[in-house]
Amino acid sequence: MTITKTKRTGSVIFSEYKSGESIKKALSLKRDDILFEMRTSKLKGRGGAGFPTATKWMLAAASISKEKFVICNADEGEPGTFKDRVLLLEYPELVMDGMVVAGYTIGAEKGIIYLRGEYEYMIQSLEDYLENMRRENLLGNNILQTGFNFDVSIRMGSGAYVCGEETALIESLEGQRGEARNKPPYPVNTGFLGRPTIVNNVETLCAVSHIVVKGGEWFKTYGTDKSTGSKLFSISGDCKYPGVYELPWGTSINELLDKVGASHTKAVQVGGASGICLSKNEFDRKLSFEDVPTGGSIMIFNETRDMIKILKNYMEFFVEESCGQCTPCRIGNKKLLEGVKMIEEGTITYSYLKSLRELGHTMQVASKCGLGQSSPNSFISITEKFKDEIFRYGNGGNNGK
Amino acid sequence: MENKDFRAPLSQKAHTVEKPAEPNQIGGTVSVEINEKKISVPLGTTILEACRQNQIHIPTLCYHDDLCIAGVCRICVVEVEGMRTLQASCAFPITAPIKIKTSTSLVRKARRDIIDLMLSEHYGECYSCVKNGNCELQNLAKEYGVDSYKFGHVKEPLFEIDESSYSVVRDMTKCIMCKRCVRTCIDLQEVGVLEAVGRGHETHISTFMDKPLGEVICINCGQCINRCPTGALHAQDPSDVVWSAIDDPNKHVVIQTAPSPRAAIGEEFGLEAGHSLTQELNTALKRIGFDAVFDTNFTADLTIIEEGTELILRLYKALAENDKSVALPQFTSCSPGWVKYLEHFFPEYINNLSSAKSPQQMFGALIKTFYAEKSGINPEDIVSVAVMPCSAKKFECNRPEMQDSGYKDVDFGLTTRELAKMIREAGIYLPEMPKTHFDSPFGDASGAGLIFGATGGVMEAAIRTIIEFVTGDKTEDVFENANVIPVRGFDGIKYLEIPITEVGEVPDLIKHLIPDWNWLKGVTIKAAVVHGTANAKKVMEDIIAGGKFSGCHFIEFMACPGGCLGGGGQPIPTNEEIRKKRAQAIYAEDESLEIRKSHENPNIVRIYKEYLKDGPCGHKSHKLLHTQYIKRGKYIA
Ligand SMILES: Cc1cc2nc3c(=O)[nH]c(=O)nc-3n(C[C@H](O)[C@H](O)[C@H](O)COP(=O)(O)O)c2cc1C
Ligand code: SF4
Repeated sequence: MTITKTKRTGSVIFSEYKSGESIKKALSLKRDDILFEMRTSKLKGRGGAGFPTATKWMLAAASISKEKFVICNADEGEPGTFKDRVLLLEYPELVMDGMVVAGYTIGAEKGIIYLRGEYEYMIQSLEDYLENMRRENLLGNNILQTGFNFDVSIRMGSGAYVCGEETALIESLEGQRGEARNKPPYPVNTGFLGRPTIVNNVETLCAVSHIVVKGGEWFKTYGTDKSTGSKLFSISGDCKYPGVYELPWGTSINELLDKVGASHTKAVQVGGASGICLSKNEFDRKLSFEDVPTGGSIMIFNETRDMIKILKNYMEFFVEESCGQCTPCRIGNKKLLEGVKMIEEGTITYSYLKSLRELGHTMQVASKCGLGQSSPNSFISITEKFKDEIFRYGNGGNNGK
Repeated sequence: MENKDFRAPLSQKAHTVEKPAEPNQIGGTVSVEINEKKISVPLGTTILEACRQNQIHIPTLCYHDDLCIAGVCRICVVEVEGMRTLQASCAFPITAPIKIKTSTSLVRKARRDIIDLMLSEHYGECYSCVKNGNCELQNLAKEYGVDSYKFGHVKEPLFEIDESSYSVVRDMTKCIMCKRCVRTCIDLQEVGVLEAVGRGHETHISTFMDKPLGEVICINCGQCINRCPTGALHAQDPSDVVWSAIDDPNKHVVIQTAPSPRAAIGEEFGLEAGHSLTQELNTALKRIGFDAVFDTNFTADLTIIEEGTELILRLYKALAENDKSVALPQFTSCSPGWVKYLEHFFPEYINNLSSAKSPQQMFGALIKTFYAEKSGINPEDIVSVAVMPCSAKKFECNRPEMQDSGYKDVDFGLTTRELAKMIREAGIYLPEMPKTHFDSPFGDASGAGLIFGATGGVMEAAIRTIIEFVTGDKTEDVFENANVIPVRGFDGIKYLEIPITEVGEVPDLIKHLIPDWNWLKGVTIKAAVVHGTANAKKVMEDIIAGGKFSGCHFIEFMACPGGCLGGGGQPIPTNEEIRKKRAQAIYAEDESLEIRKSHENPNIVRIYKEYLKDGPCGHKSHKLLHTQYIKRGKYIA
């Protein structure tokens, strides 16, 4: 397939960049200097968890091992996200250069792109791009005559959402069932094949390319104090102009709704199915790690939508996508889904709903991985904020119990 | 990928807690605070271990002493200060000074929710379950005061009970997905029959292509049963049929008891592990209504003579006649789990298996021939029962080739657990039974047969006899008190060399088979002892690669960790400490006996005189006491 590169605008990620630029710059620097820039930038992971990238890299750089790995997490499985697709298709130079820089910084020679199964159609263009880099000596042995070796291979996911979780991803790469591992030990010490491994989101690596070229200070001039730089948002749902937007951190929901031409908005789901649902009176809240953190999925629902149906859809997703190993997530999500069905049937009692919400809290703290820890978020926020819709199904009787 | 394709798939091995890599910290200790109490633990100790060492109880379900860490049930969660979520204490290695709280309201509520979730999908009621009274889920529900099904309770079973196997019954309606069976089958035993399949909530434990257990490469070792916390896995229990045979006045019901159940059955009656109740059991069995009680050790002694003679004949052919076609090393064949393992995984090696039957099956064949003739009972009316530490024995007695007496040689195999249940049902408290001896004509057997129950026992028994056969010296001159210490203990693979410097006269019993021992002079006999099929796999791979073990003459293989005393029919729970105590009980009983060598057992001498007149490995013994094996392979149509 041919890729038409639409001109996108944005202050950081979509700003000017010449391919290979960050590799050239990085290879002229010491590892510590790169880590210093990274720390100055205060870049946090864009995959959802928001872990400081510099810290992750430092830990991996400090691990002693004859082999290390850089993994680009391109599993993009969160419902409502599609920004990594844009980056991979239209800005592969940012992604690949970021991987090389990461490899150089932590002392890895192998990079792996874990690509979402549905993105199979991209393989050819990505492989071609990598081949091109090899020809230009930006990849392979002795990169730019510096003695540094690094190469990237592409591995396909098979459609399991949980395989976006970094340790499940690694299990999957090793040929096992995609199930999250116990942490600690973390991948930076014991990752792919037991070796130190960093897993970074596509967008994080893109930000790295810019930071290396333009500096951590420059990066920090965008966004807020704790959320530096900008963020790509995948915007979908009831609005005129859905798509991928680069916006500075700190943008409020209202500003965002204006920008994408949304009207009569009732609810905004931030962070995908595993995120939280905001109701009208919260639209002044700001997208940032300080307030409403997100990996970038924004789903807009207008007043015609039935929140219970939406919640049911999310819960069905988790019942199916749990890896099934731990009790709170495997059975808990099922119980929450059954609860939603009871709401629809008008048979739930207030006290049972309360038990389920408490169960949700248990899942948040007791599940083994981020999936089970975040899957009750939408149940808890929607049943809290849209009580009237629960009553509309005839629950709770006349006294509104 | 580090030999991965060669090994069985790993389940959670990669998740196993690793000790930290920082070299300057290795061997150090770290101080932690548990429930406000300061303690110091070696670096890398898990929170669970630290708590246990300090008498702080943390409930567990998916954790098992014998298995790698899974961290999936989440019942052992605790609070670690500064961490956003609760941590599974079994999977959390302490590498920094942390503060832990083990029973805050958050922790208690989480545990209670988790128990309630498990119960919501746990079909059936406790009173109609084999594990009633010995179920870890039931205990937890009690501990946490569960008095209702908060999140409902399944009304219909979601799975059919799989009774296709002679040995292991799978009732997945009671499965709580702790994956202990998976880790047992894949990591501990490296057989790899059970694994989690399906996605999300539909994830469940199953076999290849969801086939019934009787149609896959399950070796029937029952190790999964021993580690199942609930009633999801249990053995095929024939005790009802055995009861009706006992109740039938026209049936003559005999039972043989193996040494390992005798060393462990006390645990079923609340005794600490490590008390043998051999003679108490004899009395109890008579009171229950068995017509005769025999000691499997008698045929263990017979096995030593038959299998030992077979080994001598193989060695003679290979060393004296230089016959290159002889299959060596000779493998033991008493463990039916091991036999089936070999038949599936290394079928090209079945000729290395001793053709001697296991003691259970030898006894079965003799009871319905020799014993029937001697006591004038129609073999058709004899019901032959065996109490074994083993679930694979149930499969073994049903092998179609095991009918050399003209009848099914052994009718039923009972596990230690099932027999304990029958004894309880009969209202008998076993530890208080008076002691009585085994019945004639087989009587009490030697200590050599007895130690078959522990890993290394067959080898030790064989060595005790072979040394005396070959050199004419006493075993005691070579090994103090005839205790062959090098083959004892729980090391997974033991290796031993015995140089033969002098030879003596060929004993009368096998004089007709070989002329002299001169061909053995100067030879170093090499032997190995292996327990657990994961270790067996290592040794087999070494043999295939032409390594050290390919030079062995004789190898003892037992499917179960620890040997028979750790068998799949033994009391639950099991762990290495318990298995060690059972072993101690067995060795202590051996030392208390006067006759401790198979060839010195007077009843063995007699049976060759009176019945197996053409001697060991002779025509009659071949018909009754030897068998053949099946090349099963891994791919079953
Ligand atoms: C259920 C689940 C799914 C996830 N899916 C993705 C994903 O598709 N892409 C991604 O980059 N991170 C995903 N993550 C986050 C990763 O575990 C990990 O935090 C991230 O890749 C780290 O990269 P970053 O630090 O650059 O964000 C997921 C996490 C969970 C718990
Ligand atoms: S939380 Fe869910 S996805 Fe994560 S380990 Fe547990 S069952 Fe698997």
